Amino acid sequence: MTPTPIAEIAAAADTAPALQADALSVSLGRTRALADVSVGFTPGWTAIVGPNGAGKSTLLRTLAGLQTADAGELRLLGRPLQAWPDRARAARIAWLGQQGDTTGELTVREVVHLGRLPHLGLFAAPTARDEAVVDAALHDAECAAWQDRRLHELSGGERQRVLLARALAVDAPVLLLDEPTTHLDPPHQVALVMLLRRRAAAGVAVVSVLHDLALALLADRVVVLEQGRLRATGRSDDPALHAVLIAVFGGAIRIERIGERWVPIASLAR
Amino acid sequence: MTIALSLAAVPDWQRRRRLAWRLALLTLVLLLAGLAAGSEGWSPLALWSAWRHGDATLIVGQIRAPRTLGAWLAGALLGLAGAVAQGLFRNPLADPYLLGSASGASLAVVLVLAASSLAGDGAGLATAGAVARFGLVGAAFAGALLGVMLTLLLARGAEQTTRLLLAGVVVGVLLAAASDLVTSAAPDALRGKQAFMLGSTGFLSWSACAVLAGGLAIALPPAWWLARALDALTLGEDGARSLGLALPRVRAALVAALALAIGVAVSQTGLIAFVGLVAPHLVRRFAPAPHGYTLLASAATGGCLLLAADVFARSLIAPQELPVGVLTALFGGAYLVWLLHRRRLA
Repeated sequence: MTPTPIAEIAAAADTAPALQADALSVSLGRTRALADVSVGFTPGWTAIVGPNGAGKSTLLRTLAGLQTADAGELRLLGRPLQAWPDRARAARIAWLGQQGDTTGELTVREVVHLGRLPHLGLFAAPTARDEAVVDAALHDAECAAWQDRRLHELSGGERQRVLLARALAVDAPVLLLDEPTTHLDPPHQVALVMLLRRRAAAGVAVVSVLHDLALALLADRVVVLEQGRLRATGRSDDPALHAVLIAVFGGAIRIERIGERWVPIASLAR
Repeated sequence: MTIALSLAAVPDWQRRRRLAWRLALLTLVLLLAGLAAGSEGWSPLALWSAWRHGDATLIVGQIRAPRTLGAWLAGALLGLAGAVAQGLFRNPLADPYLLGSASGASLAVVLVLAASSLAGDGAGLATAGAVARFGLVGAAFAGALLGVMLTLLLARGAEQTTRLLLAGVVVGVLLAAASDLVTSAAPDALRGKQAFMLGSTGFLSWSACAVLAGGLAIALPPAWWLARALDALTLGEDGARSLGLALPRVRAALVAALALAIGVAVSQTGLIAFVGLVAPHLVRRFAPAPHGYTLLASAATGGCLLLAADVFARSLIAPQELPVGVLTALFGGAYLVWLLHRRRLA
């Protein structure tokens, strides 16, 4: 019986981050992609932002255990990431990469079912609970209606939702999403935001890389990276964070309050 | 448009079951045809009378039956290897031969032939005794594994498909050059090499069938057990790893199964072209499915393809025989041209 990961989080102290990076440094070839990054991710929705090449995707891949760090430490639910067996780690960290390299003839449902792999392993047959989780993921990502179609028959936005459903089907306490809004039209972007908020409210540590600042400012917290370094981390309505964001983007944006929300606006006069 | 819609409306499980039944039926028919096809052309009646008078044992029992069964088994190994290669390398055009396994196996076979001809033994595909045959199987297997490993090494893993196929081409050229070098030093091996390159089902005996069946029995289970890993690989390498797969181990097991299947098949029949490439294509076309199904159906399809080619090779210009590898290359080439044409239209 697989433990319910979310209960595990609740069992851990409320203050302890689900995923914690300490002094993380990562090189890609000869380039230093991340330098001395320390950041914790608690239940709730955190957006990682920064200019192109800031190391956002690398940070996410490293958090997922897909990229080895040169230095520093990662702790998942209080335990070093490397100490987790592959499958146990995979059942607790769901990862959605930037799409573009899916192949094959699987149907939408079969793809989403792959999310249960960490729980089932290669041999076990899916249980009723697995099917229920897959159904819920298909429903949440709004692809239940065409679950029998094949991935290569879908549009970019539809495929993105399927891959999102695949990540949701892992039902992990940590959900890492690299540019999840790619190819999504505005209504589906909004649906995604609502979905991430629901998952965050249910106790999941949602971490998403976003290039769209307007969406990032809807998150609970924002992590700002620049040239592989952590520039700031804070609540998305924190004026100090906004100041860092404006500086990091070279003054090309302003951030203004509209109603209850903070909205970035391209500033044309510099 | 309505036709396309109604075709798409056939549920997957129904298409899969339909294909499975068709493959079973086709296998049965082809096995019977294999028993009936001989040097006099088609002779189901002669087969029947020989059977009734009890003198079928020699020709049917010792020549046609093992050849027929062996052709199906060799084709099944090729089909399985093709499905594994295309899944593992995430490329529907990955022919198991393109990845260095064929050139590795043929170099190894040439080395054994050359060594035994230099030793005055005269081992060839036709004359090899049980010991020499085992030596050939072992050498072909090791050669196939080595060829694939070399390709993987050169491509630095299986992630970039262009790189991989390029590396396979390079390895193929280099190993082919090496085996040319060997044959120029030991010309006696040349004839054996030529027969090997053309591919033939003509020398399959019961012992060859045993080796082929053994190869299938060893290569199929690990491939089938790792079918879900192949499914996960459709998400990309990172996607598969994020699901907790230990990719190096998975890949090693699949490459070993691939090399075993190819090594065993080519050691018994030589290089039979295109069966491994085309069989999984046909399966995906008629019944797209997760790899658990695709692997098994590709093996059955490969078996049917090679056996059908063998029956044609025996009976088209009987009592002469066409080299079966030439026939599969013709069929396979025509299929690929048709595929290309369709893609251009689409």
